[in-house]
Amino acid sequence: MPNAFTVERTEQNGVVILALDGYLDAHTAPQFEKAIQDEHTAGRNQIIVDCQKLTYISSAGLGVFMSFIEEIRAAGGDIKLAGIVPKVYQVFEVLGFPALFDIVDNVPTALTHFADGIRPPE
Amino acid sequence: MATLEKTFALHVPSSTENLSMIRDFVAKIGAMAGLDEREVMKLELAVDEACANVIEHAYGMDHSKEVKVKALLDADKIQIEIVDTGNAFDPGGVRQLNLEELVAQRKNGGLGLRLIKSIMDDVHYQIVPGEKNELRMIKRLKPRAKDPA
Repeated sequence: MPNAFTVERTEQNGVVILALDGYLDAHTAPQFEKAIQDEHTAGRNQIIVDCQKLTYISSAGLGVFMSFIEEIRAAGGDIKLAGIVPKVYQVFEVLGFPALFDIVDNVPTALTHFADGIRPPE
Repeated sequence: MATLEKTFALHVPSSTENLSMIRDFVAKIGAMAGLDEREVMKLELAVDEACANVIEHAYGMDHSKEVKVKALLDADKIQIEIVDTGNAFDPGGVRQLNLEELVAQRKNGGLGLRLIKSIMDDVHYQIVPGEKNELRMIKRLKPRAKDPA
């Protein structure tokens, strides 16, 4: 499946973990958008996006992070990104995401950041 | 040594479903040019962004239209041309907002264009009124070690 993309949802200590797998582009971004929207609508605003198996991202996927981050933070939550592989990280870097988002090496670190209330500087 | 120029073309129906096919096509060109994995992905991304713009904005998701991608490869560069016959859109007229401004406005517009400009060495947009719009992008290749004589 050349366009394969899945979002797998789990929950740990009240934090939602959305594990992305595959290609996040203009075709698959609506699926990711719905996953984040569903959590936000249900009042679950502590979200970790596990990117270990994310092999590709375009601006459509990056736009999902951008369009929700303010609302989710305003609701007292955050979207933290974990485990981005170097090839994909370069895209986040080009657009300056590290200054705006809490990007960490892995899910356990992201969970610790939630527990400790750590956020990137406003 | 004479430089052989190679030309490749891909025509696909205007649907985001076909972005993966476009990326595969571009990845093969990138690999042929000797780009490494990270550079190949950046090339795929630039073309993906340009084609997604055509599919969504120039053609307004009309699947009956066709996106044409032409790649030209020689010893110095990869040149990609993307041609559509939809609504003209001049990327030069878009003001580049910074990330904070985009987040504040809940917008992601312009991100694709910023990626294209940061990845490609030369980006040129030409509108031929009533005929076609053509985006030409060039990635210059680093000189490779010469083959032993």
